[in-house]
Amino acid sequence: MAKTNASAVVKRSRFYDRIATVLLWGIACFLVGLLITLLVYIFKQGLPHISWHFLTSKPSETEAGGGIAPQIFNSFYVLFLSLVFSLPIGLGAGIWLAEYAKPGKLTDLVRISTESLASVPSIVFGLFGMLLFVQMAKFSFSIISGSLALALLNLPILIRVTEESLRQVPRSYHEASLALGATKWQTIRKVILLTALPNLITGVMLVAGRALGESAILVLTAGLSTSRHLPDFNVLSAGETLSVHLYYVLSSATVSDAKQIAQGSAAVLVVIVLVFNLLIGIPTRLLQKRLTGGQS
Amino acid sequence: MELLDQKTGSFSDRHGNDPKMNAYTRRKNRWDVSMRGIFVTSAVLVSVVIFSLIVFVGIQGLQVFKTVSPFVFFFSPNWDPEHQQFGALPFILGTFVTTFLSLVFSLPFALGGAIFSAKIAPRWMREILRPAMDLFVGIPSVVYGLLGMTVLVPFFGLHYGNGGYGYLAASLVLAVMILPTILTVSEDAIRTLPRSLEEASLALGATRWQTIYKVLMPAAMPGIITGIILGTGRAIGETMAMVMVIGQASKIPSSLVESASSLTSEIVKEIGFAQPGTFYNALYMMAFLLLIISLILIVIIRVMARRSNRG
Repeated sequence: MAKTNASAVVKRSRFYDRIATVLLWGIACFLVGLLITLLVYIFKQGLPHISWHFLTSKPSETEAGGGIAPQIFNSFYVLFLSLVFSLPIGLGAGIWLAEYAKPGKLTDLVRISTESLASVPSIVFGLFGMLLFVQMAKFSFSIISGSLALALLNLPILIRVTEESLRQVPRSYHEASLALGATKWQTIRKVILLTALPNLITGVMLVAGRALGESAILVLTAGLSTSRHLPDFNVLSAGETLSVHLYYVLSSATVSDAKQIAQGSAAVLVVIVLVFNLLIGIPTRLLQKRLTGGQS
Repeated sequence: MELLDQKTGSFSDRHGNDPKMNAYTRRKNRWDVSMRGIFVTSAVLVSVVIFSLIVFVGIQGLQVFKTVSPFVFFFSPNWDPEHQQFGALPFILGTFVTTFLSLVFSLPFALGGAIFSAKIAPRWMREILRPAMDLFVGIPSVVYGLLGMTVLVPFFGLHYGNGGYGYLAASLVLAVMILPTILTVSEDAIRTLPRSLEEASLALGATRWQTIYKVLMPAAMPGIITGIILGTGRAIGETMAMVMVIGQASKIPSSLVESASSLTSEIVKEIGFAQPGTFYNALYMMAFLLLIISLILIVIIRVMARRSNRG
């Protein structure tokens, strides 16, 4: 009697085990399928609208057939400037956390600050940027206001990426360099940073991809219009980016092809994201090869 | 290279002032000290940024209570800036309901995917899932908003009327957006458990599912909860996708498929019209509320991490 009971339990457990396995496979396949469906849908709706004209001409306020050239330019310009502002501080703070910081009050404070900054909703950065850069500094809605606010979003991710990449460098590298009489800064600059470079580049690409897609911050700081000139490198000119444009044409534009423009812009954005995601692997692999002399 | 200074015999201090050192070493040491200073400064600057963020947004926001009582702001459902009505309840409710629903939709898939990826997936499947999650994160939120607007909203509009905007569409879009966060953090939590836990359970005759369900999941719970909290934070702060699918009506809806608003979507909708004054401050107060909530979530994660380290 007891034996049959036990085997029934075993049988039932095995049955559940099989069900769970099938279910989990199902979930995973569903997630991958969902992603593929989303991407295919975005491209199917957007790619037909992308043409040379769409990519290189200016948007139109009243007629159909406007392009997105100034928005693409602004996207990359704002991204570039935001990295110019955030990279030095992000790298510096990351290096300090990885190489200098000793357990204590200051380290705790910096760590809590970084984590908090990483969790701040982007709309709050937007309002902060609007208050500080647009109104107090009188930059108005411009490329510079947008880049400065966006730099705040980049900062915590850059710090984390830098710290993590530096921590992966083996301890022995530090010791060897210091034993040769190098100062700490020489060690960091010539040994640690160089070894960590592939990971650092990957991290910066991730930050860049995220910054390119960001819109909530820029709606409130870079504005909803573009300069009449193209390309306009003046940092005080209006800086509507591609993501913001996508939202703008859907919400308030009067052109009849607003939906097509939005779908075309979405496809362009996703292409850029895909390129960034795929590109991430390449510098890493090439550098790894050069730095390790072809080994590993 | 200059000659060594013979006058003093003192050993070098790390400020590089020792005249016994040659110019090259002295210069390098001075560099070393100043770089250290630069690093500390940039680290401290991060604290300055978050501190000034709290102060600026907080001061601007709290001024709303000079003219509106906190009770009205938090609990009154009447929002009509033209008539000086500043009850933010519809937006607070909107943020909480959509966040909660998105968690309900997202959790089964996120946890299932995490377990699968950590314990069941063969190598090739894992190598598909990882980049897939990166892409989910990489898709910009305006693109999610567009998808919600062109796919979900018309679908709900067709089935439920009312245009299809509202909590339901917003929560579904949010669910997709927070899924990768919960999945990857939970997966790491399960994967980094000591191998012996799993082996002990299997050796006792447990099936793989029993091991996962009764041993691995409870052991990975702190990490999984961290993932859920991070996902919650993302849902609460998500803005543009929310703006595009929630319908932007400043009231409490009577159903899930009726235009409504959340804290984030209301700020974007109104900030362009607000003149400095109570209206403007009310919007900053809503942002300050979002900031406070996300800071509280971070504190919870830290407290949990400390506790599980000790235990």
